[in-house]
Amino acid sequence: MSKQDSIWVEDLTKRFGSFTAVDSISFQVDPGEVFGFLGANGAGKSTAMKMLCGLLQPTSGIGEVAGFNIRKESEKIKKKIGYMSQKFSLYNDLTIAENIQFYAGIYGLKSREIREKSRLLLDQIELNTKADTYVGSLPLGWKQKIAFGVAMIHNPEIIFLDEPTGGVDPLTRRNFWEMIRQAAYQGTTVFVTTHYMDEAEYCDRISMMVDGRIEGLGSPADLKGEFESKNMDEVFLKLARAT
Amino acid sequence: MRRFGSFVQKEFYHIFRDWRTLLILIGMPVAQILLFGYAITNEIQEAEIVIIDHSKTPESREISSRILESEYFRQSNQMVSEADLETLFRRGKIKQAVIIPANFARDFNTMGRANLQVIADASDPNTANITYNYTSSIVQQFTVEKTDVFSIPYRIRVFPVMMYNPELKGVFLFVPGTISVILMLISAMMTSISITREKELGTMEILLATPMAPVQIIVAKVIPYLFLALFNAFGVLVLGYFVFKVPIEGSLALLLGETALFVTTALSLGIFISSRTNSQQVALMASLMGLMLPTILLSGFIFPIENMPVVLQVISNIVPAKWFIVIIKGIMIKGQGIEYFWKETLVLVGFTLLFVVLSIKSFKLRLS
Repeated sequence: MSKQDSIWVEDLTKRFGSFTAVDSISFQVDPGEVFGFLGANGAGKSTAMKMLCGLLQPTSGIGEVAGFNIRKESEKIKKKIGYMSQKFSLYNDLTIAENIQFYAGIYGLKSREIREKSRLLLDQIELNTKADTYVGSLPLGWKQKIAFGVAMIHNPEIIFLDEPTGGVDPLTRRNFWEMIRQAAYQGTTVFVTTHYMDEAEYCDRISMMVDGRIEGLGSPADLKGEFESKNMDEVFLKLARAT
Repeated sequence: MRRFGSFVQKEFYHIFRDWRTLLILIGMPVAQILLFGYAITNEIQEAEIVIIDHSKTPESREISSRILESEYFRQSNQMVSEADLETLFRRGKIKQAVIIPANFARDFNTMGRANLQVIADASDPNTANITYNYTSSIVQQFTVEKTDVFSIPYRIRVFPVMMYNPELKGVFLFVPGTISVILMLISAMMTSISITREKELGTMEILLATPMAPVQIIVAKVIPYLFLALFNAFGVLVLGYFVFKVPIEGSLALLLGETALFVTTALSLGIFISSRTNSQQVALMASLMGLMLPTILLSGFIFPIENMPVVLQVISNIVPAKWFIVIIKGIMIKGQGIEYFWKETLVLVGFTLLFVVLSIKSFKLRLS
């Protein structure tokens, strides 16, 4: 709960009627860390992430993101974070350049910054010859890379990625994780949810969510040791069966 | 402001890239106004009729030629007797038959009173009524002129003056009606669809995670449609004015102001619909069934409200277009000022506020 934490929450809970989607979870994330949020579909990962991004009000519990209170200061939080959801976040009827300009624009970047950023981003994803291509005609893997770049366009302190690699082929997934590691290396805190257990190995630390509760928390090596497993799949299965 | 600008720009991209929808949005008002102006008209011209003259006198021939010389009628080239009439009507060859009895001229000259039969095809009651009225007014005119000679002591002549629309042109009603339908369609339906589309795509979630406030997002999404709707309304006015000579008697500024108000009402309705559903399909159906049909059927656009059953008359009060049509007809046709329809204006303002408040409420509900 030190001041330097990028994210910390305590007893964070979200109920929808009688259903408890997130059940009193507590954790903290260091700056520049890649924090994996793992769990089966419906374990409450997305709900927890939405509370951190200011899209949902918690039922109870406290927390801070980038130093701001998640209950009262969601507007300030939104300036400090980037968000990429499992649903596709770009517009198919806009070109790559227009999508970048649009998101850069609504984050309040100046025209000159937008031009520079666009060029940089297009270079980085090696798509500068395709800037005027409609996003709708691109393969999914490229779209995900652009979406990631767009979510990073305003140099956020923390980036939230909700199942960013869903439905992408293994090679693109590997490339995508390289981009994530690169962002973390440059100081951005990465908070990523996934249900691919093999991706856990790319994270500095992970939390395992089962039925709204965090059942395991630590580095991949720690967790494998703790649950006497060879890989994360086994850890997950042991945890899921235990409940 | 820069954020807002990029957002509005993006909305315009969406609109202009979807050229099929754009074509419909621009083309439909033009098609509608031309259809209503030219095709759907209550005026009858050159209806085919037959006159069976048993009298064969100067009087009967004069009345025949007066009927046939009018622009409303044309003699069917069939030579007929009463026995053929049924067949001709059944085949749809004629709209009306006029039978002048043998004793017509004698009765008229001696008693000052004569009979004449008009048979009309009432399978189309409207046309039958109109042709009958034309015929009877021609006969009336004839009687009046002839009886002047005889100086009958008591006689009332009726001189009709059709105020504001002397030729009783249907297009005078259709232009205001079409404007309200178009504005409702573009503003309410298109905005509700465009907002629910972002929800369906999942981009709405991304937008809500940006520093843009929800109100800003909604307003930015709505602005292009405001422009589009006003542009279209203006187009319909110009078309009506130059092609159909529909006058704009009152103040143009007032007309545009009231139009902007109605657009805002429709936009708030669109926002309200999109705040209650996440699916484009539902938004489309709600707009079509809940807004378009009442706007066409219950606003007094096509069917006069006074002739409806009481229940529908009451329901028509919650159709915003009903109030707008009163306003716009007042300005365009009668040249009225705001003092004549401030109540209707207030009703529209009330609707707008109501829907804005309801939208905000259901939006808040969703967020918590």
